[in-house]
Amino acid sequence: MPELPTGTLTPSTGVGHELSLDPGMDLPPRRLARLLTIARDNKLAMAGLIITIGLTMFCYVGPLLYHTNETSTNLLLANMPPSAAHPLGTTPEGRDELGQLMVGGQSTLEVGFAVAILGTAFGMIWGAAAGYLGGLIDAALMRVVDALLAIPFLFFIVLLASITTPTLIIIILAITAASWESTARLVRGEVLSLRTRDYVELSQQLGARHHHVVFRHLVPNVTGTVVVTATLSMADAILIYAAVAFLGLSVPPPATSWGDLLTTGINNLFDGYWWQLWPPAIAIVLIVLAVNLLGDGMHDMVEHRLDRR
Amino acid sequence: MTRFLVHRLLQAALVMLIVSVIVFVILHALPGGLVRAQLGPRASTYSVDQLERAEGLLKPLPVQYGIWLLHLLQGNFGFSYKLNQPVAGLLVHYLPRTLLLVGISSLLTVAIGVPMGLWQGYRRNKPDDHALSASMLILYAMPDFLLGVILIILLSLDLPVFPSTASAFGTSVPTDISVLVLPIAALTLGNVSYYSRYMRSSVIDSLLEDYVRTARAKGNSDRRVLVRHVLRNSLSSTITNIGLTLPYVFSGALIIEELFNFPGIGLLFWDASQSRDYPVLLGVVLVVTASVVVGSLIADLGYVMIDPRVRYA
Repeated sequence: MPELPTGTLTPSTGVGHELSLDPGMDLPPRRLARLLTIARDNKLAMAGLIITIGLTMFCYVGPLLYHTNETSTNLLLANMPPSAAHPLGTTPEGRDELGQLMVGGQSTLEVGFAVAILGTAFGMIWGAAAGYLGGLIDAALMRVVDALLAIPFLFFIVLLASITTPTLIIIILAITAASWESTARLVRGEVLSLRTRDYVELSQQLGARHHHVVFRHLVPNVTGTVVVTATLSMADAILIYAAVAFLGLSVPPPATSWGDLLTTGINNLFDGYWWQLWPPAIAIVLIVLAVNLLGDGMHDMVEHRLDRR
Repeated sequence: MTRFLVHRLLQAALVMLIVSVIVFVILHALPGGLVRAQLGPRASTYSVDQLERAEGLLKPLPVQYGIWLLHLLQGNFGFSYKLNQPVAGLLVHYLPRTLLLVGISSLLTVAIGVPMGLWQGYRRNKPDDHALSASMLILYAMPDFLLGVILIILLSLDLPVFPSTASAFGTSVPTDISVLVLPIAALTLGNVSYYSRYMRSSVIDSLLEDYVRTARAKGNSDRRVLVRHVLRNSLSSTITNIGLTLPYVFSGALIIEELFNFPGIGLLFWDASQSRDYPVLLGVVLVVTASVVVGSLIADLGYVMIDPRVRYA
C-alpha cells in the first residue's frame, strides 16, 4: 500500500494553492495581479467561468445571430431529425430545437440567478438577525428554519406552486422559499462567531448603533462566504427548476426552459427522437457543473483570505 | 444520554408543530378558500356559504387550527373529494412503499459513498481520486430524472435486463423484485457524491491528526489505521449526515416515482397536484416531513449507540 499523505493541507476540495504574500500586496494593481494568479492556478474554476459565460452568450446573443420562429406551432415540421435547416432537429411543436435551447436557456439562467440573489439575500437577513439579536428571537427564527428544512423541498415547491397558476415569478418565489434556509443557518453561525470578536465588542461599547455594527463589521466579513453560497445555490436552483419542470410545473408555452425541453425528450424517449433528449440534457449538466466548479474555486479563494486574517 | 434523547424528542415535536402551522397557513392562503377549490368556480354563493358553515370555516383561525390539529392527532387527515376516500387511508396505503425505496437507497448510498470517500481521501490527488471526483461531480450535476432515463436507456432499452416501469409493484403481493432495481439505482447514484465528498475531506483532515500519527507509530498497517481509527472517527458525523440528507432523498423519490411510475406516496402527491386535490397534498407533505423527522431521530439513536462521548454524557 502507498504511503499515507502527510504535510500541509489546504481545506476542502484541495484544489487550493499556497500564496506567499508580502505586506505591500494589497495595493490595487497588485491586487488584480494576485487575483489573476489565483485564477491561473485554479484552472477548474476558470473553466467553470468560461463555460458559464459561453452558455450565457449562447442563450442571449445566439438568438440575435440565429433567427428562428419560436412562437408559432408548425405540425408539418414536428419531430424532424437534424438537417441543414434545423441543425438539432425540431420539437413536437415543429419548432427548431437549437432555437428552443437558446430561449429555454434564458429562463433557466434567469431562475437560477434570481433564486441565488433572492434566496441568499433573504437567508442572510434572517440568519444575521437571528445571530445578532440572539436569545428568544434567535431560537424562534431558527426553529422556523429547522421546520422548513425538514419538509422535503420538492414537495414544498409543488405545494406552493399548486396554490396558484405557475408563472416565472411564482416558480422563482417557490424555489426561493425552499432555498434560503441553509444560507440563514450558515450566516447565523458566522455572525455568532464574529459577534464575540474584540473589534465588534469594542465598537458596541463605544456606543455604535445596531445598523453600524451590522453594516460596517458583520456584512463585510460574511460577504465572501455568502458569495460562495449564492454561486452554489444558483447551480442547485437550476437543478430544482429542471426537476419542477419534469413534475409539470413550468412556464406557460410558448415560453420554455431546459428542464421542459428535457422532459419533452424523455416523453418521446421510446420514439427514438434522440435530438430532443441529449441537447437539453448536456446543457443542464454543463451549466450546473460549470457553476459548481466556479463556486468551489471561489470557496478556495475565500478560505485563503480567511487564512491570512 | 437520557437528557440528549429527551431534548431531541422535544425538538422533533416542536419542528412538527411548526410544520403543521406552515401547512395550515398555506391551506388558508388558497385564493377563494378551500371550499371554493372543492365546489369549483361556478358554485353559488349560497352553497359555498353552507359548506363553509358545515366545515367550521367561519370560526376564528386559531380555533380552526386547534380543531384541525386535534383531528390530525386522531389520525383524521381530511377527505379527498377527488378520490372520494379518507386521506389517512391513502397515506397508509402508499407511504410504506416509499419508505422502502428511501430506506434501501439511503443504506446503499452510505455503503457506497463512505468507502469511496475513504479511499479517495487516502489516495488524495492520485489519478484514481481525480477520476472518482470527476465522475461524482458529473453525477451531482445531473437531474435525478436524467440519471433515471440514462439507466432506462442502458439497462432497459439497449440491454433489456430490468423493466423500465415499476407500476407492477402496486399489486397486492409484489412478486417481481427486479422492478425495484432501476428506481433504487437512480435514487442512490444521485446522492453518493454527497457522502464521498464529505468523507474525502473528513479523511484528509483526520490523517493529519495526532491519533493517526500515534496509531501509525505503533506499527499499525495503513488498512488498520484507516478502518479502526479514521473510519471509526467519521462514523458519527456520517450518521448525522443520513438525517440531514433525508429531505433530499424524499425529494428525489418524488421524481423517481413519477419517472418509473412507482406507486408510492410521491406518485400519489404528483397525481394530487395535477388534480389540485389539496387535502391529499397537505396530508402527504405532513407525513413525508414526519418521516424525515422520525428518520433523523432514528439516525440520532444510532449516533448515541456508536459515540461513547454522547452515551456517557
